Amino acid sequence: MLKGYGAVILDGAWLTLQLALSSMALAIVLGLIGVALRLSPVRWLAWLGDLYSTVIRGIPDLVLILLIFYGGQDLLNRVAPLLGFDEYIDLNPLVAGIGTLGFIFGAYLSETFRGAFMAIPKGQAEAGMAYGMSSFQVFFRVLVPQMIRLAIPGFTNNWLVLTKATALISVVGLQDMMFKAKQAADATREPFTFFLAVAAMYLVITSVSLLALRHLEKRYSVGVRAADL
Amino acid sequence: MIFDYNVIWEALPLYFGGLVTTLKLLALSLFFGLLCALPLGLMRVSKNAVVNMTAWLYTYVIRGTPMLVQLFLIYYGLAQFEAVRESFLWPWLSSATFCACLAFAINTSAYTAEIIAGSLRATPNGEIEAAKAMGMSRFKMYKRILLPSALRRALPQYSNEVIMMLQTTSLASIVTLIDITGAARTVNAQFYLPFEAYITAGVFYLCLTFILVKLFKLAERRWLGYLAPRKH
Repeated sequence: MLKGYGAVILDGAWLTLQLALSSMALAIVLGLIGVALRLSPVRWLAWLGDLYSTVIRGIPDLVLILLIFYGGQDLLNRVAPLLGFDEYIDLNPLVAGIGTLGFIFGAYLSETFRGAFMAIPKGQAEAGMAYGMSSFQVFFRVLVPQMIRLAIPGFTNNWLVLTKATALISVVGLQDMMFKAKQAADATREPFTFFLAVAAMYLVITSVSLLALRHLEKRYSVGVRAADL
Repeated sequence: MIFDYNVIWEALPLYFGGLVTTLKLLALSLFFGLLCALPLGLMRVSKNAVVNMTAWLYTYVIRGTPMLVQLFLIYYGLAQFEAVRESFLWPWLSSATFCACLAFAINTSAYTAEIIAGSLRATPNGEIEAAKAMGMSRFKMYKRILLPSALRRALPQYSNEVIMMLQTTSLASIVTLIDITGAARTVNAQFYLPFEAYITAGVFYLCLTFILVKLFKLAERRWLGYLAPRKH
């Protein structure tokens, strides 16, 4: 299939999936931290959370990827000698990619989560407090479970954008599906064929995710009456 | 000193040249994107299944694949075909600027079409009934009632799309154009100062984003003032 490059591209697709899933896991953690900061009553913490989400969302993904991958590596190697490390630090593209995408999409998710948290009636958190829960317990036992249902539509969107953004990591040398396709295209001089194949693969990934997340949304909405229009 | 900003200071003209390229790419792709999005958005609310499905397929495929793949398909991909290379379109299709604008315009047209369609669907039924009761034809109803209010209501979402497009134009640097990101890549290639080079590009984009947000706030106050919560 595809002049013998089919298997290579499938290999790349597996890497793309790994990258997307791991970055999303990291992004969820960072998004929760980000929203906890933003909704915190402590002024400077809230300000820090706002700064994170505003700055990251105002700069293109590609620039952030180049900045963190090349700039971060360069900075590490400038700072490391001052701390007594003498070896050159070389970032692994997959690890750096996961870190970068996780960091970027954590900011987007914190925005999605913020909207969802704010839609939960205030009485819920107050009831938790009244039961003597700590604010940590209120956050994870009362607010997060209810927030999930409200956050799914926004989350679906973030996930789709993240999946598509993984293609950019090929620019810094990760051998994902896009990178493999570029190699195959250069070798065979048939770029259209290979980029079309990759486009189809992405379409499969996004379509399957869309169906799965729609199913999830239905499950989380059991017991909630839809508005009867 | 860990940071070296003298080089960046001297490269500022390059960045401002990049800024002009970025704005040019943004304006061209938004203009042509919006031009295509309007009929596509109307198709997406059509009751005719074939018309509706055609537009749906277009927006679904474009929105389901990465911008980078679309850009590569147009810039590198089309050259694979002899017929394209010999056609009268080749001078354009071999230019990176044209290909980038084309790819960006196609991309934004799909997203904008969905925004317009969503806004049209949210039209209060009473407005449509009133227009019909006044004896307006479909064309007149769209021109006088549906589109003016739907396009206004689409403004907040469209501002998001414009900001996303601003960020998307950074991909032009991958196909050799010297936009803001391209300027940063050039500076990095010459002086090997990746951190300073890209941080500067980031600051440029951040400023542009803030300016766009402000402009859209003004536009919303002008055209969506009637929807704002009442102030006492």
